[in-house]
Amino acid sequence: MGEGTTTRSSLFSQVLLLAAVILFCLFPFYWMVLTSLKTHLVALQTPPAWIFDVSFSNYSEVLFEDNVGRSLVNSLIVAVCTTILAIGLGAPAAYALARFEFKGKKELWFWFITNRMVSPIVLALPFFLIVRSLDMLDTHLVLILIYLTFNLPIVIWICTDQFRSIPREIDEAAILEGASQWRIFRSLCLPLAAPGIAVSAIFSFIFSWNELMYALVLTRNQAKTAPAMAVSFMEGYSLPYGKIMATSTLIVVPVIIFALIASKQLVRGLTMGAVK
Amino acid sequence: MQKLRQETQGFGQAVPPAQSAELIHTNTISRGTKFGFLGPAVISLAVIGLAPLAFAIWTSLYNYNLTKLASMRFIGLANYANVFSDSAFWQAMGRTFTLLIIALPVQIAVGMGIALLLHRPGIGFLKTITRLSLVIPMATTYAVVGLLGQVMFNLKYGVVNQLLGFTGVSPINWLGVPEFAFATIIFWDIWQWTPFCALVFLAGLTTVPPEVEEAARLETKNWWTILRNVQLPFLIPGLTAVLILRTADTLKQFDMVFTMTRGGPGSSTELISLLIQRVGFRAFDQGLASAQAMVLLVITIVLSRLYIRFFYREV
Repeated sequence: MGEGTTTRSSLFSQVLLLAAVILFCLFPFYWMVLTSLKTHLVALQTPPAWIFDVSFSNYSEVLFEDNVGRSLVNSLIVAVCTTILAIGLGAPAAYALARFEFKGKKELWFWFITNRMVSPIVLALPFFLIVRSLDMLDTHLVLILIYLTFNLPIVIWICTDQFRSIPREIDEAAILEGASQWRIFRSLCLPLAAPGIAVSAIFSFIFSWNELMYALVLTRNQAKTAPAMAVSFMEGYSLPYGKIMATSTLIVVPVIIFALIASKQLVRGLTMGAVK
Repeated sequence: MQKLRQETQGFGQAVPPAQSAELIHTNTISRGTKFGFLGPAVISLAVIGLAPLAFAIWTSLYNYNLTKLASMRFIGLANYANVFSDSAFWQAMGRTFTLLIIALPVQIAVGMGIALLLHRPGIGFLKTITRLSLVIPMATTYAVVGLLGQVMFNLKYGVVNQLLGFTGVSPINWLGVPEFAFATIIFWDIWQWTPFCALVFLAGLTTVPPEVEEAARLETKNWWTILRNVQLPFLIPGLTAVLILRTADTLKQFDMVFTMTRGGPGSSTELISLLIQRVGFRAFDQGLASAQAMVLLVITIVLSRLYIRFFYREV
């Protein structure tokens, strides 16, 4: 009998604690969506309202009057292009790191790692000055290229890990049959590495979609991405909380859907393959 | 085999008959092939990532000011001397490490607690919901986290003060008082990254062989003993990854703090990235900002080297 009650009470405490964790994680998200459904007047009530007449006017306003729709398209263009480029450049490099021996391999690997560690502000300054003198500020291309500095390392790491998990014997059998190294990569290893490539693509997309600092510094209007757009609402005096939260919701929801789809691989991706 | 022999001889290398297949493999790959695979990535990363650094080093030796380019001149290491004697720079650095030193242990401890909770047998459905909820904070756009912080911690309109009001706490000016503002960014950092730690540790816990863990549970009911002696070795890779990545990401931290406080009030939440951004893009002193960025870069590289030497596995 004693045994039974302890398990029941420990089960109860577990339920309670897990509920607290869920609440802790989800409450800000809930509050963001809630605020996005408030009109300007309701959003500025003290104390804040929990129950009110739901209004979608913020969404229609930011999408159709404030160019947020366009900035979302900009974010999409930049994130998709940089992801494709990062995979195209990174996957072969990852294969080489996994399979070939060459001088300076360790140094090269360390350089890739460092790119993941370095603060973007270190590159943002000189990049801004160079891009400005080339008269290329406020273009998609500039963002696509600078985002490679964090996407390429991610793709290379995750994929190197993936290629190493493919048995070498497969390559060697193909070599004995006279296949070129490039054909082995394209037709044999690349399909086998598809899971790793998919994970790195999702990460590349999420990181690019979420990025703010480069976008803030390198774009003005034409290529302005959604996070930079959301920040610009803060610059007035009126603090349009409803509009800011509506924009935020539009930015966050696609990322969260992606992250939930990839939730099994999330840890692996964020720790660069150190934890599976 | 005959064909392979011919191929390798084409590269002027005689292959001893006893050599292993693997060695033959690596020997037959020409330099051109290796370059073909690696070249595009290395060249593009060098052009985008290294060339600007070279330019930044050059800029850091001038009194480079975008609004006064006409008076630009070479001043040697004066900007660096300025950085080392500048208390604002080292205060910003100090704030960055203070944030790390307070937030990281909390994230690790609470994350470990959540991971152990999820690792215990219990209601599967609830655990799945929890695991999915943990994904939300870390996937949320950093800039949005900051904007959300502005909304939730607002003195008058914020829900945090409303909730605290129910327990009798009078409204706190979270983002208007230096100490509270710093506490808020610490709390927000903890909110966003504790779930990450939890998921990393949970992944580590699942690598413990079940029979080993069960045997340990027959020996003792003490969870701490089991954690220390049985589970910890399996958690080490995750723990080191968390340590390395959180350090790097705190040194990089910009988006969340910028959107929430802009570094204020005063300079109370101005982390190192925000300081450099302000000097370079709002005070337009690109020379000094470049020197600051170079010092930050050196600190980052030294820390990465140290961490990798001690913890990380290599290629």
